[in-house]
Amino acid sequence: MGAFLEISNVTKYFPDPTGKGMQCIFKDVFFQIEQGTFVTVVGHSGCGKSTLLNIIAGLERPSSGGIILDGKAIDAPGLDRMVVFQNFALMPWMSVYENVRVAVKAAHPGWSAAEVQKCVAKYVEMVGLTGSESKRPTMLSGGMRQRVGLARAFSVEPKVLLLDEPFAQIDALTRGVIQEELVNIWMRTRNTVFMVTHDVDEAILLSDKILLMTRGPEAEIAEVVDIAIPRPRSRTTVIEHPRYYKIRNHIIHFLVERSHKKDHAAA
Amino acid sequence: MNGLSVATRETFRVTMLSSLMLLGALALWQLASTPSVGGRTQGLPGPAAVGKVTVEMLSEPFYDRGPNDKGIGLQVLSSLGRVAIGYGAASVVAIFMGVVLGLNPILLKAANPYIQILKPISPLAWMPLFLYTIKDSTGAMILVIFMSTLWPTLANTAFGVATIKRDYLNVAALLQLSWWGRFFKVVLPAAAPTIVAGLRISIGSAWIAVVAAEMLVGGTGIGYFVWNEWNNLSLTRVIFAILVIGFVGLVLDLGFNRLAKAMAYTE
Repeated sequence: MGAFLEISNVTKYFPDPTGKGMQCIFKDVFFQIEQGTFVTVVGHSGCGKSTLLNIIAGLERPSSGGIILDGKAIDAPGLDRMVVFQNFALMPWMSVYENVRVAVKAAHPGWSAAEVQKCVAKYVEMVGLTGSESKRPTMLSGGMRQRVGLARAFSVEPKVLLLDEPFAQIDALTRGVIQEELVNIWMRTRNTVFMVTHDVDEAILLSDKILLMTRGPEAEIAEVVDIAIPRPRSRTTVIEHPRYYKIRNHIIHFLVERSHKKDHAAA
Repeated sequence: MNGLSVATRETFRVTMLSSLMLLGALALWQLASTPSVGGRTQGLPGPAAVGKVTVEMLSEPFYDRGPNDKGIGLQVLSSLGRVAIGYGAASVVAIFMGVVLGLNPILLKAANPYIQILKPISPLAWMPLFLYTIKDSTGAMILVIFMSTLWPTLANTAFGVATIKRDYLNVAALLQLSWWGRFFKVVLPAAAPTIVAGLRISIGSAWIAVVAAEMLVGGTGIGYFVWNEWNNLSLTRVIFAILVIGFVGLVLDLGFNRLAKAMAYTE
């Protein structure tokens, strides 16, 4: 039986900075994600992990290889995948409510106004923004903006949620809180999630599996780390788990030492 | 003045300076129009004469005593009516074309040289062609206004749409919005501040063009009124009309200033 989401030998070339040739960002990336699991790619900035996420989202095309979701090949964006963006990507001319509503309406074109309203209210409440519906995103803190981003993404009820460094632009104290909220929401919804991040603690807290990506050019998935820490998790319980520091050290070690291996090979 | 805030004091100084400028201008005008020896006015009609005509004209703005003798209100309304049609039609065409060009960088590059050639052409230069082809002076005037307002709105819309943040269009793509859904929910509001800036430049051009067009082929309108009063050698009324033109232009601009504020958003 095939996996729910399969990233099948995906390779991406970009024009190199000189504009003359092509540069290979990553090569033959292959992995599978089971339904209802939370999988994270950890890698250095510039290794192409966000590009990989955009390819799964359908916002970019792979140079070769392909994506198969639930038995269907993907080559364009669709409502079965929704992205939570690093910089939130909320419409600044819309209120919190309207930002979620535009997504709910798009996902359910046949719904009555009352059904749409009920659904929007549900997801606004899920992220704890009830009472702030009429505010514009500019009036909100980074943490609250990303709550809107999460509500918008969850409200579409996609087959796969794609989180692109979702908490990188949120101040450290708020980040911990909102990560924990995401853990709790995910425990209830059990969406299939693909996240990219360079925050190791965030990845361990949230993920079932972590994929370690080497540095580009020609980045690749070097290793899959199972996060065998039982759920429900919270920031405090997770760090007390005996495996936590072993996993953490392993990943940090990879990022500091082994992710360079391509450079050494080339040198 | 010690009790007044800095802002109040600044407003006071601005008002004082403005009043001084007005008094200075009126004094120069009075000097230029002072009756010479013998009591005959050699120069321009003075402020007092123009003031008297202003009161006369404004006390009965909508009288109609035949084609060459109509109240100033009727003349302004007739000009505004032409502007409304020409400007309205041009705005719809310009915004639509601007959006199409703005969303297609290659099309925009291809069309840009022609836009740049057509843009600096005085709209009045088209007048003979329009008169020849449609053989109707009112229609020709409206087309001149159309030409005067097409380019600023088109250029601004294309620029505004071309520089919409990629994120907003990505969200529209992920939500699978239709072309029109994307047009109304994302593209128009995102580019609205730039589009309104174009519309504001255009309404100024339209108001300038209508006066000139009516002077050429008139029949009614504020431009025709100016020309008619020149033929009657009534400079008092010409000066009065100049002031009316300026005042209406100011009101139009203030309207668009309001609109610009309503459409503004911060990211």
